[in-house]
Amino acid sequence: MIELLSLDFMRYALAAAVLVGLTAPAVGTFIVQRRLALLGDGIGHVALTGVALGFLTGTAPVLTAVVVAALGAVAIELVRARGRTSGDVALALLFYGGLAGGVMLIYLTPGGSTASLNSYLFGAITSVNGQDVWVIAVLAVLVLAVLAVFGRELFVLCQDEEVARSAGLPTRFLGLLIAVVAAVTVVVAMRVVGLLLVSALMVVPVATSQQLTRSFRATMALAMLFGVLATVGGLTSSFYLDVPSGAAIVLLALAGFAVALAVGRFVRRSRTRESIS
Amino acid sequence: MTAPVAHDLGKAVTVPATTAFRMTAGRISLDGREILRGVDLAIEEGEVVAVLGANGSGKSTLIRALLGLIPLSGGATELYGAAPARFRQWWRIGYVPQRLSVGGGVPATVREIVSSGRISRQSRFRLTSAADKAAVTRALHEVGLSDRAGDPVQALSGGQQQRVLIARALAGEPDVFVLDEPTAGVDAASQRHLADTLAGLIQGGRTVLLVAHELGPLEPLITRAVVLKEGCVVHDGPPPQAVGAHALPGHDHVHPHAPHPGAGALSGWSDAAIGSRAENLDL
Ligand SMILES: Nc1ncnc2c1ncn2[C@@H]1O[C@H](COP(=O)(O)OP(=O)(O)OP(=O)(O)O)[C@@H](O)[C@H]1O
Ligand SMILES: [Mg+2]
Repeated sequence: MIELLSLDFMRYALAAAVLVGLTAPAVGTFIVQRRLALLGDGIGHVALTGVALGFLTGTAPVLTAVVVAALGAVAIELVRARGRTSGDVALALLFYGGLAGGVMLIYLTPGGSTASLNSYLFGAITSVNGQDVWVIAVLAVLVLAVLAVFGRELFVLCQDEEVARSAGLPTRFLGLLIAVVAAVTVVVAMRVVGLLLVSALMVVPVATSQQLTRSFRATMALAMLFGVLATVGGLTSSFYLDVPSGAAIVLLALAGFAVALAVGRFVRRSRTRESIS
Repeated sequence: MTAPVAHDLGKAVTVPATTAFRMTAGRISLDGREILRGVDLAIEEGEVVAVLGANGSGKSTLIRALLGLIPLSGGATELYGAAPARFRQWWRIGYVPQRLSVGGGVPATVREIVSSGRISRQSRFRLTSAADKAAVTRALHEVGLSDRAGDPVQALSGGQQQRVLIARALAGEPDVFVLDEPTAGVDAASQRHLADTLAGLIQGGRTVLLVAHELGPLEPLITRAVVLKEGCVVHDGPPPQAVGAHALPGHDHVHPHAPHPGAGALSGWSDAAIGSRAENLDL
């Protein structure tokens, strides 16, 4: 670990890993609560079009990705709120549009090939530099601050939208807020796990933590802990074993899920036994 | 067909109360189908109104429209004299939706769900106060779920979950309770308990608007019944009298307004309305 920290690029990578490990599961808890587990995937695909747009226009891909992902998230939310199409169909439409759009734009970029998308698709955490870490840090703090301030309202919204409205909450604003926050999170996590695996980091730690907890608050806290363990663990193993970081992080998170599933079953069983005796 | 009798009870109100909900010529179309066809309804403060009708007659739609949750395709609706978009005193409203299950995809404890009923009384930048906590504890006690407070709602039975939703509304300490089938799937003992809780609230001047198929122990509390049939109000007046409902021990009549119409209660209860109620009880 010491030798890891002595390397500049590893220090940056580690900082990015911790920030992403905290934010993605935190946002993911609300998304899963809202039964929109695949929202991250939808936004990830749309963000790909944003990245490609960056290549085409010569702008920073992170910037164009944030803008396009946020617009995509707003579109998903509006379609969902209209209720004309069900949420998952709306998401599916964006999956296809985002992916096809990204590939098409890359094709149109002079000298561009789908290979240049690879680091965005699957993550390249060790290519993160000092400036990237700053951008990631600012966005991550922003996301966590929004969750801290609006968390109580978002909890009601994600539970039952009509009840939220009958309590006078600005549901349309809150719905857009959580969608945009998810979009920002996707872009923040893009460099670490890649657009195709972003959603895993939003959903898997939450699913893991659910096996062990009874309350929303505890689920979120534990999910954030699991998120950090997965990103830092994945980064470390990718350094020592020379494997791709995004895949290592997600596989680690999934392994954690398998363990939690077994532990959770055991805990529940002993709990019932306790209450019977 | 007997002509519906409208608002005859409302006029007997002794204290001139404010109108909690008012709908004038309310129409609602969903997917091109007219669900409500010109409903006129005013619910005064302190009234205890039951909305009755067969499945699909538009009861939930009417209630959601009164709360401003679905836009009208014609007519107007007001909450305490304000259009829903301009209404600001949402803490005055406690809504219990018609639901089969509570909670989303993440576990949440009974206490967390009930606490969320305080949201309209909390400000964004302030932490949960002692008053919030006390109200939640009281609400949990009212529905008899104090000992389940730390359990995930997903682990509760359907009837218990319904009680969690009622507790959530109680926790907000609203002036008006809007309950969509609060007794559906709730056992007899809990229904009686809910009736007692509501009786106390009504005595304290709260307004209640509820939908029910089977009034059960709530029956003696009701001051007015509105019967819907295919999106029209076919009866609006005194509640139907169920044999024996008033003979139940331990249930005081709480009628904050007009003395109960007593023996003449069935006057104005049109045959059509009774028919539609009987029909819906068969279902
Ligand atoms: N979102 C919707 N889109 C289209 N039609 C709807 C929608 N919601 C309800 N309806 C229709 O409106 C009618 C009235 O529904 P509503 O839920 O108000 O009935 P209800 O009286 O509450 O019935 P129940 O006793 O089953 O609760 C039904 O015929 C239903 O098919
Ligand atoms: Mg209904």
